[in-house]
Amino acid sequence: MNEQDHTAPGTEVTPTDGHGSAVRLDEGHVVGTGGLPERFTNPGLPTHVPRMADLDEAAARRAEKQVATLFGISILGTLLFIVLYFALDVNQTVFVPGVGETSATNVGLGVCLALSLLGIGLGAVHWAKTLMPDHEVVEERHPMRASDADRAEAVRVLTEEGGKSQITRRPLIKYTLGGAMALFPLGLALQVGGSLGPMPQKSLSLTWWNGGPSGPGEEPTFKPLRLMKDPENEPIKASDVTIGSVFHVMPEGLLPNPETGEGGAKHLLEEKAKAAVLLMRLDPSQIQSQKELAWGHEGIVAYSKICTHVGCPVGLYEQQTHHLLCPCHQSTFDVTQDCKVIFGPAKRPLPQLKITVDDEGYLVSAQPFREAVGPSFWERGQ
Amino acid sequence: MSTHTTTDGARPADALRAGDGPRHVAPSAAAKKIGGVAGWVDDRTGAAKPVGYLMKKVFPDHWSFMLGEIAMYSMIICLITGAFLTFWFIPSAGHTIYDGSYVPLRGQSMSEAYSSTLHISFDIKGGLIIRQIHHWAALMFIVALTVHMFRVFFTGAFRKPREINWVIGTFLALLAIIEGFAGYSLPDDLLSGTGIRAMAGFTQTSPVIGTYLVYGIFGGPFPGEMIIPRLYSAHVLLIPAILVGLFTAHIGLVALQKHTQYPGPGRTNDNVVGYPVMPVYAAKAGGFFFIVFGVIALMGALVQINPIWAYGPYDPSPVTAGSQPDWYMGFADGALRLLPGWLEFHFLGFTLSLNIALGALVLLPLVYTVLGIYPFLERWVTGDQREHHLLDRPRNAPTRTGIGMAGITAYTVFMFAAGNDIMAIKLGMSINDITWFFRIALFVAPPIVFWVTKRVCLSLQRRDRDTVLHGRESGTIVRTPDGRFFERHEAGLPEDQWLLVQHDAVAPLQLEPEVDEHGVARPAARKDRLRERLSRFYFADAVNPVTPAELAAAHHHGHETEAIEAPAHAGEVESAGAAERH
Repeated sequence: MNEQDHTAPGTEVTPTDGHGSAVRLDEGHVVGTGGLPERFTNPGLPTHVPRMADLDEAAARRAEKQVATLFGISILGTLLFIVLYFALDVNQTVFVPGVGETSATNVGLGVCLALSLLGIGLGAVHWAKTLMPDHEVVEERHPMRASDADRAEAVRVLTEEGGKSQITRRPLIKYTLGGAMALFPLGLALQVGGSLGPMPQKSLSLTWWNGGPSGPGEEPTFKPLRLMKDPENEPIKASDVTIGSVFHVMPEGLLPNPETGEGGAKHLLEEKAKAAVLLMRLDPSQIQSQKELAWGHEGIVAYSKICTHVGCPVGLYEQQTHHLLCPCHQSTFDVTQDCKVIFGPAKRPLPQLKITVDDEGYLVSAQPFREAVGPSFWERGQ
Repeated sequence: MSTHTTTDGARPADALRAGDGPRHVAPSAAAKKIGGVAGWVDDRTGAAKPVGYLMKKVFPDHWSFMLGEIAMYSMIICLITGAFLTFWFIPSAGHTIYDGSYVPLRGQSMSEAYSSTLHISFDIKGGLIIRQIHHWAALMFIVALTVHMFRVFFTGAFRKPREINWVIGTFLALLAIIEGFAGYSLPDDLLSGTGIRAMAGFTQTSPVIGTYLVYGIFGGPFPGEMIIPRLYSAHVLLIPAILVGLFTAHIGLVALQKHTQYPGPGRTNDNVVGYPVMPVYAAKAGGFFFIVFGVIALMGALVQINPIWAYGPYDPSPVTAGSQPDWYMGFADGALRLLPGWLEFHFLGFTLSLNIALGALVLLPLVYTVLGIYPFLERWVTGDQREHHLLDRPRNAPTRTGIGMAGITAYTVFMFAAGNDIMAIKLGMSINDITWFFRIALFVAPPIVFWVTKRVCLSLQRRDRDTVLHGRESGTIVRTPDGRFFERHEAGLPEDQWLLVQHDAVAPLQLEPEVDEHGVARPAARKDRLRERLSRFYFADAVNPVTPAELAAAHHHGHETEAIEAPAHAGEVESAGAAERH
């Protein structure tokens, strides 16, 4: 059955059989509408059905009591809120079934507040539904547009009255005003735009591994820095790094003394955000990249921990597969292939930090990162 | 009141006709009292007329009209609780050592923002409930406004004259999620800090100006100490001011243009049928504010939200697994997860990271731009210049409903993609497979959903026609004297059938003939051909409502059985056995 096959109104409807005796014109056997309107007419508002409370005074009184009870619950809720505010200690906890051990003031005050609000709300709505008039009211609409006369008047005022300013006759005023209006925001925009922050200069391409502070305007000179455990701030002996182990590493001098909290970088978080490194030891036979082997030390390799996608710390190391996974957007880097991206939205491998050992057997950096760490930026190849 | 009396008194006697009584009964004591205070105000402002008009204003009733109300009330709750929170929150990244009552973090170095948020949560009595209500209300605000947008879209409420309000609404929706992001970033905990880290990362990748932009926003290298106070100023001052301003315009236009209504008996394009503000809507809508507030308070009391103390202070080197933004940022985060890395290009020493820019910088404005221009596009395609105050039933606009569902599907794919790691863990599946599934679903699912939705709508419309043409199946089987069986179909009452036939018939636009009346070729502009194609896409397979003529024809059709069974009720019985039924 396809409604598309319906004959359009006003065309012949095929009779189905010989049942063709006298029929009314509007029954579709003739060409033409048969006097039928093109559309159905709106039947008008349905008749109003009275509610219980409209007919029965007892029902109305019942509704009144229900509404009053709800308002009463609200009053009780507020009073109980006040009592609990003074009675409860801020650190008290309470066991709530289904929620667990939780803050007593949070549950107590929250539930009381909810009661005091819901009582009012449900009471008012119940009142409106049971007792207030439920006769629907009809309001007329009028087209949004103003009358033609009003429109013409508005145009006249704009052009004729506005024209009295002579702006159209005096182009010098018109163009200088236009120029002035177009230019005046520039000063304000420059003030805010120009003073928001310093120019990045080289700071996005430098890290603490370059030899020290690497903020805008700094020019660190390279010196070998020991790899320090984060957060203990202790140097790492190559012999302590067993195969399969992983260390969170910061450069020497960046972290403050964990005991006293003194020393360390002036801009601690800014330096940490660039200098964080992951140190792993693999069986050298598993490492497929010659450069990776050469930049490491007997299978100990150090890579930037800052994801090359949008800069989250690449926190998850899968020991078995030697994959590094970024928890933010799941870029996956293969440590055996020089931290090449093997899955996810990142494009570039994690930069490797070239390391070696010093005279005492501690791991030190052999050179700074050879490229900018972290997310891409327009001029990073410059 | 007194003015009225004076006017009446001054009225010429000849204006009165037989049977005219006094126009006003003496005001009651209560009315006098209100009149006294209100009179004082009215003497100075003339507010009586607009207030009287507003109090009498009629609003139509429907459950779906509450969605916008929920959004409005959630926003107000955010404003109230947010003002409370500003009394204790310290918007500073300055370092401090925590010594509050949350033992696990005591002695830790952290920002004042984080420490003061802990303070609100553990040391201010009732501070946690206000914080939780604030966060829940913000989530509720964005859920409600999103579903409200669905309602407006699928019922065609954005059509003329309401296009401006739709555009204002899309701005509100966009601002709301930015406001939400700024808000949940303020506590400076590890989770939200990771969100800001990602924000810094993708700002930095914007072509040409990225590094200047990120140093400008952060006042230097990430994270710096400026971002918290700047987000605070945006969160409590700049964005709320615009939100409240646009919202006032939004609700003002609703009052000016009068609310749309669903079709039904007595409801036309030229009227509003419903209840007046005084007393019914004042009680219902006013009461509903308290219900929304109450429900959110209950959520704040019983359901924990954003336990920042569990995440620890922000530090750029650690990270928590399963880092997710609040749900409304999920679609942008999901897009970042789905975009493949090969979209990053290197040329002439420059780096263009489309793998990030498309998801983080383009998608968000793109979604809201597409939403904003949809009414204008549909109006152009349909060529419909009329005002519409009666809502469409979604089935009666199958193509629009299909487009909307396809859009929601694409959005949902993005949003669920932001949870690919959680799914991988919970379902024990490979995250690579899940990501690939979403990548493919993004292109395959929306067209399928469009097609299915459209077919469902068309089928529902056909069923509506069927109901009107053939009545409803009654379940009563009638046996004719010669042994045939048929089911009696009841013709519904005109009043319930009105809903099924009230909408306008539609047809695709016709191109003007290619040659004019003189036989001169009139090449159709490319624009016109596109418009005609789009119009066919919208309306080619339209199912139009039953017309009176069709109904009369259908009723006549049933006569052969009726003649046997129920001659007195011609037209109410339809032969089910008649194979030639339409």
